[in-house]
Amino acid sequence: MVLQSGTKRILKLTPDGLEQILDVLHKIGFETIGPTLGNDAIVYETIGSIDDLPQGWTDKQEPAAYRIIKRNDQAYFGFNAAPQSWKRFLYPPDRTLFRIRRKGKGLEFMEQEENTAELALIGVRPCELEAITIQERVFTSSEQRDDSYLAVRKKLFIIAVNCTSSGGNCFCASMNTGPHAKENFDLALTEVVNANEHFFIVEIGSETGLSVIHDVESAEPTEDEVETAAGLVRQAESQIRKLDLDTTPKLLSANLEHPEWDEVSKRCLACGNCTMVCPTCFCSTVEDTTDLSGKLAERRRRWDSCFTLDFAKVAGGNFRTSPRSRYRQWLTHKLSSWVDQFGKSGCVGCGRCITWCPVGIDITAEVQKITGT
Amino acid sequence: MVLFSRCPMCNIFWKGRNYKLAGMTKAKRPKVAVFKFASCDGCQLSILDAEDELLDIAGAIDIAFFPEATRRMLRGPYDIGIVEGSITTPHDVERIRDVRKSCATLITIGACATAGGIQALRNWKDIKNFVHIVYTSPEYISTLDRSMPVGSFVHVDYELRGCSINKYQLIETISGLLNNRRPNVPTHSVCITCKMNNNVCVMVAHGTPCLGPVTQTGCGAICPSYNRGCYGCYGPMESPNPSSLSERFNQLGETRHDIVLAFRSFNAYAEAFRRESDNYEK
Ligand code: SF4
Ligand code: SF4
Ligand code: SF4
Ligand code: SF4
Repeated sequence: MVLQSGTKRILKLTPDGLEQILDVLHKIGFETIGPTLGNDAIVYETIGSIDDLPQGWTDKQEPAAYRIIKRNDQAYFGFNAAPQSWKRFLYPPDRTLFRIRRKGKGLEFMEQEENTAELALIGVRPCELEAITIQERVFTSSEQRDDSYLAVRKKLFIIAVNCTSSGGNCFCASMNTGPHAKENFDLALTEVVNANEHFFIVEIGSETGLSVIHDVESAEPTEDEVETAAGLVRQAESQIRKLDLDTTPKLLSANLEHPEWDEVSKRCLACGNCTMVCPTCFCSTVEDTTDLSGKLAERRRRWDSCFTLDFAKVAGGNFRTSPRSRYRQWLTHKLSSWVDQFGKSGCVGCGRCITWCPVGIDITAEVQKITGT
Repeated sequence: MVLFSRCPMCNIFWKGRNYKLAGMTKAKRPKVAVFKFASCDGCQLSILDAEDELLDIAGAIDIAFFPEATRRMLRGPYDIGIVEGSITTPHDVERIRDVRKSCATLITIGACATAGGIQALRNWKDIKNFVHIVYTSPEYISTLDRSMPVGSFVHVDYELRGCSINKYQLIETISGLLNNRRPNVPTHSVCITCKMNNNVCVMVAHGTPCLGPVTQTGCGAICPSYNRGCYGCYGPMESPNPSSLSERFNQLGETRHDIVLAFRSFNAYAEAFRRESDNYEK
């Protein structure tokens, strides 16, 4: 079917059609990054074709535990949030900001080249899509403006994938970020796989999305097919974990001396894993280095965490020495003061901080204990 | 990095030292000495292993005393002293005091110098028994009853952890000193580096016990990058919580004895690790 601009923006695609989309993206110069099997996990890496997708695999996530297991079908996207989010592609863990060279009696400043990557992200979950939007808001705000982030973001092509089942630690439904992607994608897929058929319902979210899918073989879905897909996504809304989006911000800031902060700090390792895997955490530190001769200096920016001691070190001392104060900072910033700062919660409910905390501290359980909800 | 003798903000040397590195770099190259105490030499070899950088180092500093590498032995005082090895004999104690006196800035390198090393395992036993087993004439042996870090006897300006050290941390520290800036030697967990490297956590995804959350970064998270748990070579991180990690090890099926052994290795005598292994031995 050849699509005209302005026609109904919902299509039906076979797996072969998805392969054609990847081909189109490659032809127009995109690097395609998507989920693939790696090191007993489903990780996001460069993929060449749909054969690289983790077809027939799923993940099982619990606090401090992650395992991949075989599914009893051949779904391409039958799993949930990967160990690490997409943020490293937009906001790299370590980046040189500029270099300075001594030249005669003066100094020569060398700015870092712009990041020219043209990335197509394949299989972005609704919660992750919201996280990208949140970081974008942070990095476009005047105080934290980061042009290198924006340069990559502007060129980003996003194929979202709606979740048809949720993972053990997911709580997007209560955060209002998933399991159905509403906006900010170029294309969004819902995968339907059963004994008789295997297809994707595609929603087109942008003109670029439209032009990429234009010449790809597709069909008009029946109402039944669209409803089947929607029903699967509704299934994913039933999640064990939840957070009260309305009351949490106020209740947290009203309970800064709650005894649970002491209790959780006995378990917390202050290791920083939660902040590293969180798709919205954006903190970094800046390091200046020189070579031995002192002729070349470099300023680098690398990921930092509110769990490190250096994070709160200022002239005259450190204002967050206890792990208790650091855990409290993480939780109250993410779920409370973030709202004051950016108008929305800093948590999208992906559950990564629960899965990848080495001792399984559960952000939703902590909030319930502290706010009494 | 534990102590700064020079305030990074105001550039004033504390402890009454009127010693200035900044001007010195132009006038003459700083004199550097490398001293060895009880150790395996591995950390000193890391210096030699910095082949590509060594020429730069040799250009930037004057290696005045480094018996492992050169026959040249200039007398002190030295601008920078690098010390490998733990203090295990009364003679070591005297010698480290002399070393301290002869060096304006003292850097200890490796688990032996910073925590007592693997040889500190003897600190849990009666040394006399070892001496009798090992030496035919034990009456000639004069030793301390424990293997101790250098910092227990003299003031140390910079500590570089690891068994063995990371040569890039050493180069970074020397380069920082030469250029009058604070060296970048982070003290947070290995986990942060592990995540920056895009590793899949071996503890969460494979159930492999890993000391990364309580261990100081510095190695580049080598072991988890090769699917092994961290062995804790860099000793306790800045705010370690070993008891919580041990509980998790326990849930993963490690016995009390396994936990004792996990904490009792290269940095066995570092306080946080020592206490944890003691708790599980009871
Ligand atoms: S949190 Fe929601 S959108 Fe994110 S992976 Fe889980 S089910 Fe999908
Ligand atoms: S706080 Fe936890 S659940 Fe929320 S977005 Fe971050 S990692 Fe995901
Ligand atoms: S909450 Fe968990 S992941 Fe976060 S710092 Fe504490 S122990 Fe580490
Ligand atoms: S593998 Fe070890 S060092 Fe890496 S994140 Fe997991 S616990 Fe931390």
